[in-house]
Amino acid sequence: MASVTRPLSVRVDSKIFPAVGERAENLVLKNIKFQVEPGSFVIITGPSGGGKSTLLNIISGLDKDYTGTVDFGGTHDPRIAFVFQSPRLLPWRTVYENIALALPKGDPRIANIPEMLKRVGLTEAANAYPEMISLGMQRRVALARAFVLEPELLLMDEPFVSLDDPTAHDLRQLLVELWSARPTTVLFVTHDRPEAVMLGTRILRLSNGAATIAQDVPVRLSVADRADREKVRTEQRRIFGEA
Amino acid sequence: MRQAVNVPARGPRVGRLGWSLISLLALVALWELAAVIAQSRYLPGPAAVFDVMMREARAGELWGNIAATLIRVAFSFVVAMFIGSAIGLALGRYKMADRFFDAWLIFFLNLPALVIIVLCYIWFGLTEVAAITAVAINKIPNVAVTMREGARSLSKDLNEMAHIYRFGWWKTLRHVTLPQLAPFFAAASRSGLALVWKIVLVVEAFGRSDGVGHQLNIAFQLFDVPMILSYALAFIVVVQVIELAILQPLIARANKWRR
Repeated sequence: MASVTRPLSVRVDSKIFPAVGERAENLVLKNIKFQVEPGSFVIITGPSGGGKSTLLNIISGLDKDYTGTVDFGGTHDPRIAFVFQSPRLLPWRTVYENIALALPKGDPRIANIPEMLKRVGLTEAANAYPEMISLGMQRRVALARAFVLEPELLLMDEPFVSLDDPTAHDLRQLLVELWSARPTTVLFVTHDRPEAVMLGTRILRLSNGAATIAQDVPVRLSVADRADREKVRTEQRRIFGEA
Repeated sequence: MRQAVNVPARGPRVGRLGWSLISLLALVALWELAAVIAQSRYLPGPAAVFDVMMREARAGELWGNIAATLIRVAFSFVVAMFIGSAIGLALGRYKMADRFFDAWLIFFLNLPALVIIVLCYIWFGLTEVAAITAVAINKIPNVAVTMREGARSLSKDLNEMAHIYRFGWWKTLRHVTLPQLAPFFAAASRSGLALVWKIVLVVEAFGRSDGVGHQLNIAFQLFDVPMILSYALAFIVVVQVIELAILQPLIARANKWRR
């Protein structure tokens, strides 16, 4: 299994959204520079509208209109999976087909799909269409689609928003399980502080306005600590202060 | 009809088909009544029209003419859907093209069918190609407008997803783009069939020597109303069968993923 052995380095000198109609042009990112060690789980957090999603789009290659560089280590072109804010499933394809379509035709990893469906608890729903299952289940499909690819870099943009607390909690557990079984580099955008501390090994906080990196701190929690609400809360206070 | 199960029954239960039947029978009764009151050779009753229809069918005239018309409908329908879709998708996709050609589209949408038919016959002669071209040109702008809406409404979110997961152009077309366009295509085909067969009759009346339109033209010259009605009714039935047996099952199949 190939994985990223060199750190990912991201440099965004500036990212400007051009003026549209009445709205003036908007500088959303400025002087962003960081490196990500392979296998780390990096949280990107900050005020809403602060360019977090834009940063992920730039790293993923979806947004090419910026000044700076994203370097995966030379000419290396890593397998990237993206779990978006909405599940972005194809409503006219079944759960199984949605996952299988993420892989090239005839790929050996297609054989892993039944096992993956079992792990995310969707074996029964394999032939259902996305509109017939709950949002929580749709998000599970999006997770399965990302992990079946065995990505070298996994980008996640608030993948658990608009879920009730227990469902969001279950999905975080599931993400931790999947990631522990097959560690990969993760960049995870969220504005949920407990979620950030529970999942991340490192937290990058973007500042307000034209966002720069305001804070870059490691999370000092073991896997066992993360299940302990009190320890998560204490670590959260250490990183974010009293809120 | 699954959802009908919970509806409280009021009076005798009749299905959708039953209602259509009752409604059509009422129309026939009204027609009969009007014919009895009018007592004119220009308004024959249902029975007289049915007799003529049977006679024409036995002589083989009816089916031959309907077949000729259906073949023209099929050809011009396919040509119009193909070219109209291509134009509509291009306009929905490229803003500059849309800005430039929008006025052309409005021009052709408002060009009367009769003008197109007459000009096609004058320029290309009284040929089969001219007939089919005339019908297709009448229909293309409508298809283009509908498919342009479809192309404009394509989801950017799903395209980004397809890009991230490296679908490539063929997979994207087949699994992402075409399913989104399917409802627009279905709408264009249904209104298309209705429009095309009406225009085919006009084209046949003007410059063809077979087909339902040609027969109607002859009947018109003889003021033969039973003949006119029998051809019209027979053709309506055929078009309805195509709608129910081909188009609707196709649409139902394309929509089975909807909640």
